[in-house]
Amino acid sequence: MKTTSSGFWQTATLILVGVGLVLFALSGYMTPLLGTILSPLVNVQEWLATRYVAVYEFVTIPRDVASLRARNQQLEQEVTSLQAQIIELQQQLREAQVLYALLDFARSNPQGGQYVAAAVVGKDPNPFLKYIFIDRGSDDGLRRGMPVITNQGLVGQVDAVTATAARVRLITDPSSVVNVRIEPHRSEAQLVGSVTGDLTVEMVSQDAPLQAGDLVLTSGLGGTFPADLLIGQVISVRKQSNELFQSATVQPVVDFSTLQAVLVITNFRPVDFSPLIPTSVP
Amino acid sequence: MLVSLLGVPIFTILLMLQLAIVSRLPLLQGTADLLLLFVTGWALHERVKHAWQWALIGGLMTSLVSATPFFAPLFAYLLVNGFGRLLQRQVWQTPILAMLLTTFIGTFIYHGITYIALFFNGTSLPIQDSISLVTLPSTLLNLIFALPVYVIINDLANWIYPLEAI
Repeated sequence: MKTTSSGFWQTATLILVGVGLVLFALSGYMTPLLGTILSPLVNVQEWLATRYVAVYEFVTIPRDVASLRARNQQLEQEVTSLQAQIIELQQQLREAQVLYALLDFARSNPQGGQYVAAAVVGKDPNPFLKYIFIDRGSDDGLRRGMPVITNQGLVGQVDAVTATAARVRLITDPSSVVNVRIEPHRSEAQLVGSVTGDLTVEMVSQDAPLQAGDLVLTSGLGGTFPADLLIGQVISVRKQSNELFQSATVQPVVDFSTLQAVLVITNFRPVDFSPLIPTSVP
Repeated sequence: MLVSLLGVPIFTILLMLQLAIVSRLPLLQGTADLLLLFVTGWALHERVKHAWQWALIGGLMTSLVSATPFFAPLFAYLLVNGFGRLLQRQVWQTPILAMLLTTFIGTFIYHGITYIALFFNGTSLPIQDSISLVTLPSTLLNLIFALPVYVIINDLANWIYPLEAI
């Protein structure tokens, strides 16, 4: 009797607790509690599910690894090939830009000169000398003494020629001397190179109002170069009252360290003054 | 004779490398000289018999291509070759040191001869700038390149003059 009575109360209590919990849940009072309890369980469930998927993939995917590796290798080869193509195209674009600039210069030059474009293929092995080699020679009409320029300005002069190549003495060479005119005051001077590759204008009259920013152009005197080719800009002046002449350092407009292509003016021949030089009569 | 003729293609390739690449890699105003290093390494190798022939080939090629007057590279290479042979007979036990020493002295010989040739040709260079901006950087680059060149020369000499089986 006692056992039956306590069983009833237990069942009733459980039902009451159950109904109470359901009512609490339905009314929303259980949400924080459920959230607190379920959160770690969800995490555990998620961890288990992830591991299961990983194990499942490990077991099932190896059948495709060989084909995936082959595909990956193929794609990597394609990427390598495309990267090589990009580098090659970039190189071609740079060359084309240089050539277009030279072409523009040749077309827009009012002097109407005839030009031969040439690529720079080497540099003199002797570090004391500033010479370059170009891939055009006498077969293309090049002759010794012809001026060499870029769209920016004067580069140098053809020094030696073979059938298919030529050696060009840069204006930065220590033995190079160019007759120049300094604008805007039109002073005459000489531009000389140096072993360091720096350019200096010398023999400038003390009266000339030489100052930084002045432009240096070829004067055409001596018949070695045509007139009015741009060379550079004066960056510093050395003037001392006890000297006969003043001098200045010149920043060339041409970057000689990255010279890739040049133009040779083929319809200009330097004037040969040697017959006019008096010789001693025995 | 054949070994001497082999110098022609070798120095042709070296000259092309020198003009196209090495001369365009300056340190200040100095550059390395691959041909000088090969002449030096060849002169120092104990199995090489007629090293002067390669010095002659290298010197002639450089003289013809370069604007250096009076065939100065030819005389310089022959002098460096002579110095190398002399050193090889004295301190052959330590060839790598001999290579470095000959490279050092050889660069100064070559630049000294160039300086004199240019002077007599009417181009007077400032000696202080020439040494500090050209010769010393060139010497440093040559010393850096001397070790790989020495290894290549060693392999080349062993290939051309193999040891006879005892």
